[in-house]
Amino acid sequence: MRPVKAVIKERIIKQILTAFAFSSLLFLFLIFAFILIEGLPLFYKVGVQNIIFGMKWAPTRGFFGIFPMIVSSFLVTFGALVIGGPLGLGCAVYLAEYAGRRQRTVLKPALELLAGIPSVVYGFLGVLYIVPFIRIFFGGSGFSLLATSIVLGIMILPTVISISYDALMSVPRSYREGALAMGSTKWQATWRVVIPAAKSGILASCILGMGRAVGETMAVIMVAGNALKIPGGLLDPLRTLTSNIALELAYANGDHRMGLFSTGVVLLSIIMVLNYFANVVIKRNMSK
Amino acid sequence: MAYRLLAALLCIILLTGCGKGRTGEEFEGRRIINIAGSTSVMPFTEKLAEHFMLEKPTYIVNVQAGGSTAGIQACMNKTVDIGMSSRELKPDEKTLSEITICLDGIAIAVHPDNPVKALSLAQVRDIFSGKITNWKQLGWLDRRIDAVTREEGSGTRGAFEELVMPKDMIDDAIMVQDSNGSVKEVVATDPYAIGYLSLGMVDERVAAIAIEGVKPNVEAIKKKQYKIVRPFLYLTMGQPDKHARAFIDYVLSKTGQLILQKEGLIPAHEAR
Repeated sequence: MRPVKAVIKERIIKQILTAFAFSSLLFLFLIFAFILIEGLPLFYKVGVQNIIFGMKWAPTRGFFGIFPMIVSSFLVTFGALVIGGPLGLGCAVYLAEYAGRRQRTVLKPALELLAGIPSVVYGFLGVLYIVPFIRIFFGGSGFSLLATSIVLGIMILPTVISISYDALMSVPRSYREGALAMGSTKWQATWRVVIPAAKSGILASCILGMGRAVGETMAVIMVAGNALKIPGGLLDPLRTLTSNIALELAYANGDHRMGLFSTGVVLLSIIMVLNYFANVVIKRNMSK
Repeated sequence: MAYRLLAALLCIILLTGCGKGRTGEEFEGRRIINIAGSTSVMPFTEKLAEHFMLEKPTYIVNVQAGGSTAGIQACMNKTVDIGMSSRELKPDEKTLSEITICLDGIAIAVHPDNPVKALSLAQVRDIFSGKITNWKQLGWLDRRIDAVTREEGSGTRGAFEELVMPKDMIDDAIMVQDSNGSVKEVVATDPYAIGYLSLGMVDERVAAIAIEGVKPNVEAIKKKQYKIVRPFLYLTMGQPDKHARAFIDYVLSKTGQLILQKEGLIPAHEAR
């Protein structure tokens, strides 16, 4: 028989741990409630259409259009994917299929380190090196869609690599052995058999990478130039949803402040949709 | 659970509560003076407050940023003793009594290598409203102008709009940076950039442009030749009480004005 004291203690510990586990839910709920309470009134006041499809952002004069920023957010996300996707996938394939144990022991911790570098450092390096490089060799001010895409492309690498790596590793050995036994080369086996088998995991890694790119703020403010127009080319500056909030919150009050929270509501919706898709894709992978 | 809830609630209270002082508070027998407003004026006020508290230890001066508009609002609601503004008051805000503590010039700056050394006010207006977009139109090479402005709500931007382009809006294609420092960084590194910033921030890394033939400097502002000048204002609801008065008097005294002068600002009494 266990003493009563131990049983009570056990029960208390369980209660405390449960409370801790559910507190994350509470914080999520609080953040949701806070953003919606602050952001939704403006949608009623100005009209959903005038905010989401409005072309002009001048909150102190009553214009709250964030359409250019929605477009810009998608553009940089797409740009980040174009740069970070192939690079990340290549790295994951190398790690999973080609790397020996020694290469792996060097590369894996290096990637974890890359994930741990604060975003402001990426932004700083972007301003110091990438922006002047683009200005000198391609023209424009350097603060541009291209610079932002490069910086974000590097930032999403750890996400893309680690999730695609897991997906590739979960492909059964028998697939590879079968392909090799049929007389295929290693690359043929990888390209025709292993990657297609890990397709949905790789797709999920890209979607999660996109989520990271959409939400990134500090590095983007530093290299994007923050102009309000939809960029006409790779070398034009642009402003994303996140940088709009961070840029103007310090001074904003009244409707201006509400406008920034409305931006937050739109951002939250986009990220929720992205996460939902990533989950669907991952689940499809699991059930297969 | 209860503790977590309490902590979360506390966070919310702190978040929503900051920036809202109250008038007439006391702390350990020391009288608190609450000041809030323009982020341009705040660093100077903070410096003045430090010196003031050394001289008069019976006071605690609380300085908070928030922007000129927020400072004016807070002053009207009597949540602060003194409001700070870096732009002139609008007609409906004139109920407050204002004290000019000093003047600050706004310099239009380019890269030191830029051969364009003088512009007219109309040219500056056209650059920022998007009508002039190429340096060729200003007599230099065929290259797009990389103009930089400040973010919506900034006091410097407000004053710039009011003084340079009262009728036009700043074009959407123009880059935005969120502080005097970032604007300076862009102008100092990009040979084709142009931007505006507080005169106190100008050093050898950027070149201030002569507007209508007048170079921006302390002399030109004192003689009222350089026109892009804004006041740094202290605001009070009605006449300031004895305690707010003590701080304002200190700022306007010789010591206070000397501190401001050392920071590159133009003392009030020399300008008016």
